[in-house]
Amino acid sequence: MSATQPPDRVAGDPVASGDSVAADAIPAPRARSLRRIKAEHIRDYGIVAFFIALFLYFSIASSVFLTKNNLLNLVFQNATIGVAACAVTLTIIAGNFDLSLGSIFVLAEVLAAWAAVHIGVWWAFPVAIVAGALMGAVNGLLVAKVHINAFLATLATALTFGGIAVGVTSGGLLITPSSSVFTFIGQQRVAGVQYPVIIFALVAIVLQLVLAYTVFGRHLYGVGGNRDAARLSGIKVDRTVIITFVITGAACGLAGLIDASTTGSGSSDMSGLGGSLALLAIAGVALGGTSIFGGIGSVWRTVVGVLILGMITNGFDLLAVPDYWQDVVRGILIILAVSISSFIDRR
Amino acid sequence: MSADAVAPVRLVSIGKRYSGTKALDDVSVEVAEGSVHALVGANGAGKSTLGKIVGGVIRPDDGQLFIDDRPVRYSSPRDARTDGIATIAQELSPVPQMSVIENVFLGIEPRRSGLVQRHRMRAQYDELISQWGFELDGNAKVGALRTADKQKVEILRAVASEARVIVMDEPTSSLTSVETKTLHRMIRTLRASGRTIVYVSHFLDEVLELSDTVTVLRSGRLVRTAPAAEETEESLVAGMFGAAAEAEHFEKPQGSTAPVVLDVSGLDRTGVLSDISLQIRAGEIVGLAGLVGSGRTELARAIAGADPIDRGTIAIDGRARRIRSPADAMAAGMAFLPESRKDDGLFMELSLASNTTFADLRSVASRLGVLRRALERRKASSLLGSLSVEPPNPSMRVASLSGGNQQKVLFARWLFRNPRVLILDEPTRGVDVRTRAAIHRLINNLAADGAAVLLISSEIEEVLGLAHRVLVMRRGSITREFGADPPLDAVMEAAFGLGGSTTG
Repeated sequence: MSATQPPDRVAGDPVASGDSVAADAIPAPRARSLRRIKAEHIRDYGIVAFFIALFLYFSIASSVFLTKNNLLNLVFQNATIGVAACAVTLTIIAGNFDLSLGSIFVLAEVLAAWAAVHIGVWWAFPVAIVAGALMGAVNGLLVAKVHINAFLATLATALTFGGIAVGVTSGGLLITPSSSVFTFIGQQRVAGVQYPVIIFALVAIVLQLVLAYTVFGRHLYGVGGNRDAARLSGIKVDRTVIITFVITGAACGLAGLIDASTTGSGSSDMSGLGGSLALLAIAGVALGGTSIFGGIGSVWRTVVGVLILGMITNGFDLLAVPDYWQDVVRGILIILAVSISSFIDRR
Repeated sequence: MSADAVAPVRLVSIGKRYSGTKALDDVSVEVAEGSVHALVGANGAGKSTLGKIVGGVIRPDDGQLFIDDRPVRYSSPRDARTDGIATIAQELSPVPQMSVIENVFLGIEPRRSGLVQRHRMRAQYDELISQWGFELDGNAKVGALRTADKQKVEILRAVASEARVIVMDEPTSSLTSVETKTLHRMIRTLRASGRTIVYVSHFLDEVLELSDTVTVLRSGRLVRTAPAAEETEESLVAGMFGAAAEAEHFEKPQGSTAPVVLDVSGLDRTGVLSDISLQIRAGEIVGLAGLVGSGRTELARAIAGADPIDRGTIAIDGRARRIRSPADAMAAGMAFLPESRKDDGLFMELSLASNTTFADLRSVASRLGVLRRALERRKASSLLGSLSVEPPNPSMRVASLSGGNQQKVLFARWLFRNPRVLILDEPTRGVDVRTRAAIHRLINNLAADGAAVLLISSEIEEVLGLAHRVLVMRRGSITREFGADPPLDAVMEAAFGLGGSTTG
């Protein structure tokens, strides 16, 4: 299933071969296992070391980087991506994929703005999140019940959701509700910290706890790691998969709400964050070290991945490095991270 | 067999190892031109491996393959094909999206200046099928054909490329008896035209009916090569199994009157299982013997809810249960240890503890579904300890254990649930001798504690050593039933469809 299974020495042997770990405890394999532990540590925690190194580098190279305002801004600017990325981590761990993050985000944002204008400002909040969850449910049903490959299913729904958003705004125009109720999430602070930063932190913590400390979280690892084994262990695989898509959809709805509130508008324009959200979020997930084949990963890794990508933008801006270098470096970084981990796993 | 004629295929001292196990060891065989040469043996005897070496599918580690007295070393079936050797195996199926004609001439299309001449290909195809007396629509998509017709495509492909030696690996295992007869007719025609057939099969009746020469293999070693006319099914079975291997023998209770725990009746799955009924009492171990493809695993999966059934009822403790998923079977008190711990069993990236508790996480979680990890660790630890899993470290990844210890972890997952019925499919496959003995004792103890056990194994000694009753399956039905400790050869003969009532 995953690319990281070490070769099973026994599988496929027609006859029992008598090689138990205990019987083989001679110096040679022990030396190998020591080296292996080291390599595994690089794979598992290398990204944290890189995060710290990058952080230190920017702190030294730029006088502005290590200020409370800049760091808060950095997280603030990545809050929407972060919320979506943390949620899609669950979908990916369960062995699926979601390319419709950006479209759910845009349509939820537009519907939130629409609700704020036409029904009442407070309606924006439930509408965005419920709409996102419903869109996620559509994805989940297509994948789990209709058995469409997750890649294609969410590619297709992304087009549809994006199209509906354009329709609602009659051609990509903005709908601008003017109310402080609507904009307080995006534009207010508590104790100097922007609401989106707090929301990102809460989403990350809750999802990390769900993943690590609940029955549901454990089931996600099982379903993504070995789907057949999970089914034979009595797991309702379809339901589990659908729930991950619903969570991801709701989170994208929440991200859309943050964006609508920040800008005070609902935009169906896919050339902005809506167009790049899915790729940036999944890039963050992969950079953090969650396997896109499922079964391995965690939310805190995604947070680290998203913040590294954000830090590169922020740090390069401060150092006045041209924009295009940011994308070049981010791309290379993802390739490096993924190839290092697959190289170590293949040894 | 004459020494002066050049043998089209000669294998000298062939050896092949898979991760330290000898699949073939010093096997020498000579195949005579224009003959049907059968390779027989039990599961794991190396007959398929030998066939694959001839066909270039696998390379031997030791020894030498001679084709027309010329030493060769193939690295792919394609290499072998250029020497006129074609392999027909189920997994080597042609391109399913293309038509029959395109498949038959794949790679040898008649062409002019790089363009395929479709009309000539069509004409050649019509000529081929009339020559061989086949009925097969050349325009049909291969993917839509039945297995028997796919084999025809492969045979046509072999003769179109002017193959002189055709290796057939278990060609009839998924054919109906009518289709099998048709295939045999084709093989005789091929032989009459001077082609050589290497025929790998475990259907001894077919082998004797069809072949000129039979080579018997046992555990990777050559037993003998002899003219088919000198063999009988009994002599082949004796050659394949030799003296009964050592297996620990357990005391078996006679005439149990304990209540019936598992009651399966009239179980049917079209094309796979037909009209299966069986009962297992509390404390009873029922062994299921049969050849690969006889439906043993399919029966286990059907009872355990892993595969759908078309008809039939399953009752546990006298209560009829509707089992449509593994979850239903588990709720009814069943536990199913699947055949492949790697594909269907373990989560290689998760810890020993996680693997142990996975099927019953609710028992180590609060009502809201929050895991109590200390409790989980403690419970898993004590169970893994009682199974003496090495090393007994519950946070270790299961992938880093040896095969035998991995198997114990899989056992632990099911024992964790205290099941009423245990369905064990190949519980000791690929484990070392010590673990094997430990698992045998474990199974015996579980039954002694009152569980109903259905034991499936391709190692007949294992079934005989443990089972209180033995059921023999053949072609999707239970064909024979034995009490405790039946004679090995009687069970084997039943598995091969000799004696007693069978549908050959």
